Amino acid sequence: MPDALLPYPASLPGWEGDLTRVPFWVYCDERLMKLEQERVFEGPVWNFLCLEDEIASPGDWRTTVVGQMPVVVARDTDGSIAAFENRCAHRGALICLDNAGSGATDFQCVYHAWRYDLRGNLRSIAFQRGVKGKGGMPSGFRIGEHGPRQLRVTTMRGLVFGTFSDDTPVLGDFIGPDVLARFDRVLGGRKIEIIGRFVEVLPNNWKLYAENARDSYHASLLHLFFATFKLNRLSQGGGLVVSPNGGCSVSETIAPTEADDQSYSGMRSVDDDYRLEDARLMDVVDEHPDRVRHQIVTVFPNFVLQKTQNAMALRFFTPKDVDRTNLEWIYFGYADDAPEMRKRRLRHLNLGGPAGFVSMEDGCVGGFVERGIATAEKESAIVEMGGAGIESQATRATEASVRGFWSLWRQMTGL
Amino acid sequence: MSALLRVAKLNAAYAAAIDADRLEAWPDFFVEHCLYKITSAENHKRGYSAGIVYADSRAMLRDRVTALRTANIYERQSYRHIVGLPVLGATGADGIASETPFLVLRITRDGRTDLFASGVYVDRISDEAGGLRFAERIVVCDSSHFDTLLAIPL
Repeated sequence: MPDALLPYPASLPGWEGDLTRVPFWVYCDERLMKLEQERVFEGPVWNFLCLEDEIASPGDWRTTVVGQMPVVVARDTDGSIAAFENRCAHRGALICLDNAGSGATDFQCVYHAWRYDLRGNLRSIAFQRGVKGKGGMPSGFRIGEHGPRQLRVTTMRGLVFGTFSDDTPVLGDFIGPDVLARFDRVLGGRKIEIIGRFVEVLPNNWKLYAENARDSYHASLLHLFFATFKLNRLSQGGGLVVSPNGGCSVSETIAPTEADDQSYSGMRSVDDDYRLEDARLMDVVDEHPDRVRHQIVTVFPNFVLQKTQNAMALRFFTPKDVDRTNLEWIYFGYADDAPEMRKRRLRHLNLGGPAGFVSMEDGCVGGFVERGIATAEKESAIVEMGGAGIESQATRATEASVRGFWSLWRQMTGL
Repeated sequence: MSALLRVAKLNAAYAAAIDADRLEAWPDFFVEHCLYKITSAENHKRGYSAGIVYADSRAMLRDRVTALRTANIYERQSYRHIVGLPVLGATGADGIASETPFLVLRITRDGRTDLFASGVYVDRISDEAGGLRFAERIVVCDSSHFDTLLAIPL
């Protein structure tokens, strides 16, 4: 870690032991937030920023956040993409106030009209030479030495990511070849189109959601829909891939076979009498050469790409407070979808989002943990399914990718 | 009874059924080949077709009630709908066009009452055999932010 980073606060509790025990204080100590902002979100990671298509033309821009930092992403006049902190160099006010815009030739802070180009470089200062020879900035003031922090930007399969660190490996290396292959499965080759965008406000620390998205063990136990409709029983084919750095993962499930499965008998989530009146919720059409019906891809620290049946979504989640997280859902289809397929996606999307037959429970369990551990900062969670390692496994009855998340998180935070 | 009163009465009965936890009655407020969608003003304005809930048949609405009763895990909660007066648009072959503002309060197990959602119902109402049913009810929430979960229909 470079010396410029905040020293690790001696007053913070430690992390005793290995990755199979996660101390509960890491979900509820406010002092960690600043450390995570600097070492994780502004560290050697790729933060999801937006879709290329959302800023298709020069002068198009969007605002988003990197952790808790407000950020602008813009398409420059030469067609390249730039991203910079949404903070005026002068007094620190937001430069862009809306979610998105188009046709910009520059950005001007509303407070004192300091003006920036589309890459976030400070270009001019109002009344720099004063008025009628009076006032103004000192002659030695160099505007080129001031400006909001800029990100290094990369694109992959229509998605835009940014990093503040010079040390971040190229994105393909960061996620590794196996995860990249699953990106290509969904995003390679076909142009995508956004069909919905919502924010789910979660009552828990952001890392509880990062774990949930990687946790292939819970899916068929918490979610009745998966188990009942054989979307995701642990004994179905599939497995878990963890990237070499631990932080990225794929969980996938193969279409069910005829063979019945008794491994769940007696557990709450099995109800073989449960049937849909409108079976079109489950009328999957295989769009890929494989038989994978459910695929969750995670990219450290806070991005998820999901394809469940014919429903597709991007998710990214950012901390608002130590116990509050904004989870953004971007629903998409392919631009060349036939009308019938598009409607099928809309129906299958009932599985996801804040009202999703499956994901509504994911929105709640983080809060159940957050409330459960209210006074347990000296205790630890057990993350030992599938052993203590972070390697890929041919089963989803494992917590390897949750341990992988913590492995990279600990490396970056120094904890 | 005037069209305005008939629509207001439909809206009142709809809200009362949900708030009194008579969810099994909720699908019956719709025609068989209906569209029920929950979205936000921003998504609606952009013409995004996806919803937080998207049901294009009454059977899908019944499935949602069954799921809430038997499958999904969530903490006990209830709503209180406050529904304004409808603004009626044109009446055509495809029914009555109507828009009605609403507020929904959510009462959770821990005793809190929160303002959960505000917005407008954008409806197309079928008037057949003397009864009004929703052919289309698009629930356009003012905000695109939804707190934790949206289990009970709006």
